Amino acid sequence: MKKFILDLIIKENRKLSDQYSLLILTSSEKLPEILPGQFAEVRIDGSSTTFLRRPLSIHFVDYELNELWLLIQVVGDGTKRLAELKSEDSLNLILPLGNSYSEPETKSAKALLVGGGCGVAPLLYLGAHLKRSGFDVSFLLGARSKGDLLQLCEYERYGTVYTTTEDGTYGERGFVTQHSLLNGSNFDNIYTCGPTPMMKAVARYAAKTKANCEVSLENTMACGIGACLCCVTDTIQGHVCVCTEGPVFNITKLKWQI
Amino acid sequence: MANLNINIGRLQLKNPVMTASGTFGYGIEYSDFMDLSRIGGIFVKGTTLRERQGNPYPRMAETPSGMLNAVGLQNKGVEYFINHIYPTVKDIDTNIIVNVSGSTVEDYVETAERLNSLEKIPAIELNISCPNVKEGGMAFGTSCLSAAQVVSAVRRVYKNELIVKLSPNVTDISEIALAVEAEGADSVSLINTLLGMAIDVEKRKPVLSTITGGLSGPAVKPIALRMVWQVAKAVKIPVIGLGGIMNAADAIEFMLAGASAIQIGTANFIDPTVSIKVVDGINDYLDRHGIKSVSEIIGALEY
Repeated sequence: MKKFILDLIIKENRKLSDQYSLLILTSSEKLPEILPGQFAEVRIDGSSTTFLRRPLSIHFVDYELNELWLLIQVVGDGTKRLAELKSEDSLNLILPLGNSYSEPETKSAKALLVGGGCGVAPLLYLGAHLKRSGFDVSFLLGARSKGDLLQLCEYERYGTVYTTTEDGTYGERGFVTQHSLLNGSNFDNIYTCGPTPMMKAVARYAAKTKANCEVSLENTMACGIGACLCCVTDTIQGHVCVCTEGPVFNITKLKWQI
Repeated sequence: MANLNINIGRLQLKNPVMTASGTFGYGIEYSDFMDLSRIGGIFVKGTTLRERQGNPYPRMAETPSGMLNAVGLQNKGVEYFINHIYPTVKDIDTNIIVNVSGSTVEDYVETAERLNSLEKIPAIELNISCPNVKEGGMAFGTSCLSAAQVVSAVRRVYKNELIVKLSPNVTDISEIALAVEAEGADSVSLINTLLGMAIDVEKRKPVLSTITGGLSGPAVKPIALRMVWQVAKAVKIPVIGLGGIMNAADAIEFMLAGASAIQIGTANFIDPTVSIKVVDGINDYLDRHGIKSVSEIIGALEY
């Protein structure tokens, strides 16, 4: 897929919580095709401590409204700058980058999308894509607390939403992999993004239930286009760049101890 | 429009702006964003005799105005380059220069020999300055004797332009430059990365899997500029300057200090089209100062 360097315009910066903001970007030109699971390398201006671009998941693309959504979790000065952007500000992105989640092979497949924390970001667009292709979609979203479960109504448009919080303030108490949903149901395809320990636990569950499982990695990157070779992960084919061979990997390709 | 042509020995450049090894892949990674034929040359990823997996992750740490890397020369080896990469890059209308690394003198010699036969590879850059591999690499470039040995051995077998990339992790870089000049290097490029380190205080652990890594980016520019100035005064062969160049003004600084051409490295990660902007910016500078040829600013520092 051809990659572009674009200056997009902030249409809205919606503060979702103390920690999270939703950046809705648009352009005077039609947005390029972007697949679920792909990411953008975002240039951060005006931050003395942020030298490199930041790889951010594409949260959602609405082609009718020509909108691209980025979910921002404030963790450092760079993401703080992003959360402070105002309507009409411009943001420079390189996109679309990386591979994408793959569709289930059978039309009757049941898909489970498991996300934790800011790792839920690519799952909204993936869920929309899978629903449009006619698959049965369920989301299992985990967070520390109720306030960290963001915009659940958006996910509900594309599938059934199950939730856990570590403090029990919303949904079932505990981690996503402890949710009762996983005791009864069987899923053919499991897609996950979030903290590595969570993804490993999901991968274990998928292996146990013989589900096809794809995870999205977020290794630190410099270039995002396969030039610097900084973001590698170890696979059965040796070191490969997460930015070009990933960020989505089938767990059978990774050398994870699960 | 000023004349931007530059010759580095027998190497003819349409302009003095090239991209540094390890920051520009094989060029094709950037072809969506820019016309590769607009720059003077592309130094492709460090190539070794045999395939190398490189160092474990994490290999990168962002630092103030720069970054540390510890990639460790991951590449598929010279045979793979010749059979699979060379055919895809040979028709790019610019100079494709292969950066060559090794663990032993024999490795360098054999790799250089195999590249001799490639018609569209007009030069190699001998990397005797990689700080990220345990054996070889920087070890060759930090003493005059070993630098001379490897350059002398490669010079005997390699017929085209031989550029030697120098390490800044030395007491006197001019001495090393003189040593490789004496053994037949056609030009020198400097600087490679500076050995550095970063620590994650929460985990009390080094950020990089290799503990130390190579620092690049604008943080190193004043040091690189000083070294280019020192080396350009010391040697008679052309000097290619690099280290933290982010824009045309930076590039012109290196040329005024004595560099005949420059390489852009880390800046490619932030703006993949920066090299073309530097070409245009140098041209604007020359026009603004009424200078007809870029060669007139080489070493034109007044002091």
